[in-house]
Amino acid sequence: MADPALLDALRAAAHGPIDADIGPRPSDLTMRLGRASDLPAAAAVLSGPQAMALATVVATDESAVGKGALHVRYVFEPAVAGAPDRFVTLLVSVDGSRPEVPSLTTAIPAANWHEREMQDLFGIVPVGHPDPRPLVVHDGWPQGIFPLRKAFDGSRRVPVNPAAEFPHLVAEGEGVFEIPVGPIHAGIIEPGHFRFTSVGETVLHLDARLFYTHRGLEKRMEGLSPLDAFSVAERICGVCSVAHGLGYCEALEQIARVDAPRRARLIRSVALELERLYNHVGDIGNICAGASFHYGTATGLRMKEALQQMNERLAGNRFLRGLLVPGGVRLDLSDDLVADLAATLQVTLSGLDGLMGRIEANPTVVDRLDDTGLLQRQAALDLAVAGVAARASGVDRDARRDHPHGALAGPTPPDVRVVTASEGDAMARMTVRALEARESIRLIGEFIRQLEPGPLHVAVADPLPGGRIGISAIESPRGEAVHWLRTDASGRVDRYHLRSPSYHNWPAVALAAETAIVPDFPLVNKSFELCYSCTDR
Amino acid sequence: MLRILVNALRTGVVTTRYPAEPSVPPVRFRGAPVLHPGSHLPPPAVCPTGAITERVDAAGRHVALDLARCVFCGRCAEDPWADAITMGRDFELAARSRADLRIEVMADDPTAPTGEPARDRSADAARVSSEIRRVLGRSLHLRHLDAGSCNACDWELAALLNPVYDVRRLGVDFVASPRHADGVVVTGPVTRNLETAVRRTVEAVPDPRIVIAVGACAASGGIVGEGYASAGGVDRVLPVDVSIPGCPPRPEAIIFGILVAVGRLDARLPRRE
Repeated sequence: MADPALLDALRAAAHGPIDADIGPRPSDLTMRLGRASDLPAAAAVLSGPQAMALATVVATDESAVGKGALHVRYVFEPAVAGAPDRFVTLLVSVDGSRPEVPSLTTAIPAANWHEREMQDLFGIVPVGHPDPRPLVVHDGWPQGIFPLRKAFDGSRRVPVNPAAEFPHLVAEGEGVFEIPVGPIHAGIIEPGHFRFTSVGETVLHLDARLFYTHRGLEKRMEGLSPLDAFSVAERICGVCSVAHGLGYCEALEQIARVDAPRRARLIRSVALELERLYNHVGDIGNICAGASFHYGTATGLRMKEALQQMNERLAGNRFLRGLLVPGGVRLDLSDDLVADLAATLQVTLSGLDGLMGRIEANPTVVDRLDDTGLLQRQAALDLAVAGVAARASGVDRDARRDHPHGALAGPTPPDVRVVTASEGDAMARMTVRALEARESIRLIGEFIRQLEPGPLHVAVADPLPGGRIGISAIESPRGEAVHWLRTDASGRVDRYHLRSPSYHNWPAVALAAETAIVPDFPLVNKSFELCYSCTDR
Repeated sequence: MLRILVNALRTGVVTTRYPAEPSVPPVRFRGAPVLHPGSHLPPPAVCPTGAITERVDAAGRHVALDLARCVFCGRCAEDPWADAITMGRDFELAARSRADLRIEVMADDPTAPTGEPARDRSADAARVSSEIRRVLGRSLHLRHLDAGSCNACDWELAALLNPVYDVRRLGVDFVASPRHADGVVVTGPVTRNLETAVRRTVEAVPDPRIVIAVGACAASGGIVGEGYASAGGVDRVLPVDVSIPGCPPRPEAIIFGILVAVGRLDARLPRRE
């Protein structure tokens, strides 16, 4: 067994039997718990002495395979920098006649939404959950219909019965007001409902209701061929198209037991950094909009536009869609494009330095950002916050280093310099973005230097080998996204689950907003800059 | 402040002149697929969104492509069908009717008639268009309505306000309230969780109003299609005036569609070889 000490610790904590297997990847472990009631004790071993964080929770309906229908996998990953790349999965089977698991949320707050989602979509009840309101399904969703169970026909429409009010925490007292905002917002942004409870300008509590853009994409992908499902994965989120496309491809390539060729990996990593770069640059511009610094907004958006035009020259699509394909890439990075890219990045670099200089020299902007929307380091750890939001609160996590992917998983990868800050405010989140944008430009240079002639893709079996699981973690512009993919007996997609970085970060926005005043909420929100679409799926 | 002014002057004007001057997309850009009649056209299964359909009658096999469903991935133009379909660079694809976005050709026999549907441009549509043009043609205020988009179309709408596209120069602006709007631009396939909000927002726009479906999901359901959480396109919930194909449509394609909606530009038939 790969880790006898861990297995001993888990067995000491549990009352029932525990079987250990290697997988999904050779460096990973899967622990099958004989009793679901042992889950809290086993999870406590991982999150406590083993210093692991919750990476994702995947529920599955395996009735087609035959061995008990409902299963839940709690996937943990190292929470500290420098630990080996490893996922540890706790697997429990759920009794179909009484589908219940003990809730982990009180001990591991990051499990909160995972458990509510599993209750909505699979009808698996997290017993003892402190806040078991529906999460994913709104507006009079009928009792007893669980869309991700295999027996449910995904093409079936479910009627809408608008509810007068959504259940939320109600505060009462003199001068306490509720401010409802959304789901349709005043600007050109994605939909979500925010219910502020305030006294004067001070935010007492923020209840965020998301999942308005829930499209049922995970169900949509079930039964598709691996290539068709890739077209969906690439379109879960616009600004994470490369990251989510890559995460799906890497999970799929594990199942197919193939490696994308070296040149393809380098091009994938160039695309991933380009995606980070155009997002970070645009996000800095949008933070300026939140702080009413319109010169900064216009400059950020102009630079982002130049990068998206570069994307279109490179991939034929301004969001880099159509560049990746399972097994490699579809388009080469020609010498002309390399020169074009280098020139574009040079302009971006000097523009970014100029913009940051002007922001830092502007006291009114700095004053809006400093100490605004604080996220404490401990809260970031408890909620397993990812990406810029985590690193700006002093959490040293970056999936490019912690779970190497793309060209970083190959031989002689360049070092990724992970940027952190300790303040945890809007200023820190902006500064981290600016430094990461520079790092992305440096990394693209490194990847291009390593380019050598070679094939762009390898053949991937279609259908895939049946009954296998692939897992990958990709550092998207918003942070680490975890992809979990399993094939059915005929080699098509049986279950795909994406845990996006925004999924773990949204609860942190609510916490940070409670340290701010109502008029600063747009600024706090933009400093996190999360996606709704890859949270809601 | 002085530095900002100096930098602004040094940057100069970055704004495009589109549509007064044409926009030429880069070589790799994947615009409207061009179907070559009489060739070995691919089977419907090649398309991940079901945009390709076929029917067989006495004349032979007809293959149709629905640009409203197309996500411009280019899979139907790859080997072994590279001779049958090529990815064109045409992006000005907006149309008033879904039927106008359908291209049908005969496969396998180059001499057979193509059997295209007659173009649906009734005199009524033209009259409404001239009335809309008179009222809204020079000043159009739109409200964005996200009906479950992946955010790519949203970001392209946001790009219309950046210094490069700056649609305000064309008399078009985005407003915060549906009460202030002449119409809505809708992105996304209309999810179950947004259906109520979508209906209420559109009802709040004073009549007469324009509804523009932006991108494949809004125009047809796109890659999402119809399911437990998705209506499968805006026209399942509301009447749509103009559909803009794309995944997402590039900003100039959206500008083109908005100007078609107010009758300032004419929609064109998709190109056939």
